[in-house]
Amino acid sequence: MTVAEEARPRLEPPTVLPAERVRKRRRRQDLAGYVFLLPWFGGVLLTFVPFCISLYLAFTDYDLLTPPKFTGLDNITQMLNDTKLHNSLVVTFTYTFVSVPLSLAAALGVAVMLNRGMRGLPLYRSIYYLPSLLGGSVAIVMLWRAIFGADGIVNHVLGLFGVEAGSWIQNPDTAMGVLISLQVWTFGSPMVIFLAALRQVPQELYEAAAVDGARKWRRFVSITMPMISPVIFFNLVLSLIGALQTFTQGFVMSNGTGGPAGSTMFYNLYLYQQGFTNFNMGYASAMAWLLLLIIAAFTGINFFAQKYWVHYES
Amino acid sequence: MATITERVTVRKPHPRRRAAGSFDEMHVKPWTRFARHLIVIAIGAIMMYPLLWLLAASFKPDADIFSSLSIWPSEWDFSHYTDAWTALEKPFQVFLLNSLLLAVLSIVGNLISCGMAAYAFSRLDFRGRKFMFALMLSTLMLPSQVLLVPQYVIFAQLGWLNTYLPLLVPTFLATNAFFIFLMVQFMRALPRELDDAARIDGCGSFGIFFRIIVPLCMPAFATTAIFTFIGSWNEFFGPLLYLTNQDLYTVPLALKQFMNTEGQSSWGQIFAMSVVSLAPVVGFFLAGQKYLINGIATTGLK
Repeated sequence: MTVAEEARPRLEPPTVLPAERVRKRRRRQDLAGYVFLLPWFGGVLLTFVPFCISLYLAFTDYDLLTPPKFTGLDNITQMLNDTKLHNSLVVTFTYTFVSVPLSLAAALGVAVMLNRGMRGLPLYRSIYYLPSLLGGSVAIVMLWRAIFGADGIVNHVLGLFGVEAGSWIQNPDTAMGVLISLQVWTFGSPMVIFLAALRQVPQELYEAAAVDGARKWRRFVSITMPMISPVIFFNLVLSLIGALQTFTQGFVMSNGTGGPAGSTMFYNLYLYQQGFTNFNMGYASAMAWLLLLIIAAFTGINFFAQKYWVHYES
Repeated sequence: MATITERVTVRKPHPRRRAAGSFDEMHVKPWTRFARHLIVIAIGAIMMYPLLWLLAASFKPDADIFSSLSIWPSEWDFSHYTDAWTALEKPFQVFLLNSLLLAVLSIVGNLISCGMAAYAFSRLDFRGRKFMFALMLSTLMLPSQVLLVPQYVIFAQLGWLNTYLPLLVPTFLATNAFFIFLMVQFMRALPRELDDAARIDGCGSFGIFFRIIVPLCMPAFATTAIFTFIGSWNEFFGPLLYLTNQDLYTVPLALKQFMNTEGQSSWGQIFAMSVVSLAPVVGFFLAGQKYLINGIATTGLK
């Protein structure tokens, strides 16, 4: 909690004040803080109460119309046997573990290239960044459907080379690839974070390494990577959390079905179907808790693993 | 979360170093530099191509859309725009206005509530501050699905389905910890002496907030406003969940309608309204990219 410590306002000067006045000032300060936090307290309530209810609902059978019935571990046993759920986990993990490394690698690669004091950097940076603001929108997912459709421009280009291919969206083997390409297209936002981090790597380190005869690749591996590893870690954690929660892409790409053959049935899409199409709200809550545990586990693994590769100064 | 976010605070680059150009740049041959620009431009062109093709396709006659890869229509046809505008149950401006209303109110909500919370966390001293700050940061990682069902039930019981309240009330309650964190980072950097001076001049916590912090935090507010706008404009899940009345539909839901009626309406119309829906985001991006880039560089916000 260093932020909190550094952010700590100066304490009262150590002059001797009557105890009564100190206490009064103390109380007034508390009050001011709480007044400014009033909306946030409301938000905490709006988070904490559903959080607890959700945990309870995870052990119930609930269809929104009749009161929830406590069913013990039924939802969990059902989850263990639910092949659609297992498929949705496979889909989500495939998407996450392919698209996150690819987009982070692209982001880092382009950031390193752009960082070398190029002219026109702001323009390039903007061009690369723009897609990441649009990638989550319905319009772009629909555009991707058009591009990768049977009659889309991808097949058009392939046709020029004599390659015949059907719709990439309707084919269960390629639909995931289309979604991954969309995710990689939005590498601009981690790239901007990488760029900011690269600018802080002290140039003296590179100069010293060059004097010692280190080549470019060596300088990248031994200086750049360790120096920006905290930022790589940060991007990795955030991207993983984001990718595990993907919804819109799968929903729009498949018209809400998760098809073809369940190939775009993301975990969250299945959760939505269970909760709000089939009204199995207890089951949906149990699924949400499993997602929370999965995210917590991945984040935990990341934090544990960071001591082996993330380098913090000081 | 606390540990990563606080360690990744990005400082300003050293002015002298930038002016001198980076180390590598001083040693590259001109043709290497040229090749590098070529690669960067090529990648950029590939990334921009789908967007430019979309724009062009929205003006192409239906027969041309998929048969041409060109990003310049050979024949300009504006009929997709006029046809699509009225193709759904409501004219498209209804959806645009709905989305705009939601976006503006979300901005107001986030600015007020997150600004107040950030001020308390960064510059006021009160009991429980550390704990609350940690609690706030921990909600950054909480997947919203965990709260989904109970929130839906609560909002339904309050009679808020088919209103904008489920989408707006959370913004007025500082539920977006990212924005609080962004503003805390910004406010921390303001010199503490300002507060002390104002206190000596008789300003209370409220006076300091309104007269000193708010005016100085305009860049952070701008970043928050732009991100809120884009997030709210693109948001699909919330409206999908809470809005079933077509009068209330936002632009993403309306676009989705085109997909459902794909049989009847043309891709040209879909593309035309896609362009309409993306234009404000691109506009905000062009107008505020300085704030966006600085904003994500300081917090890693998306």
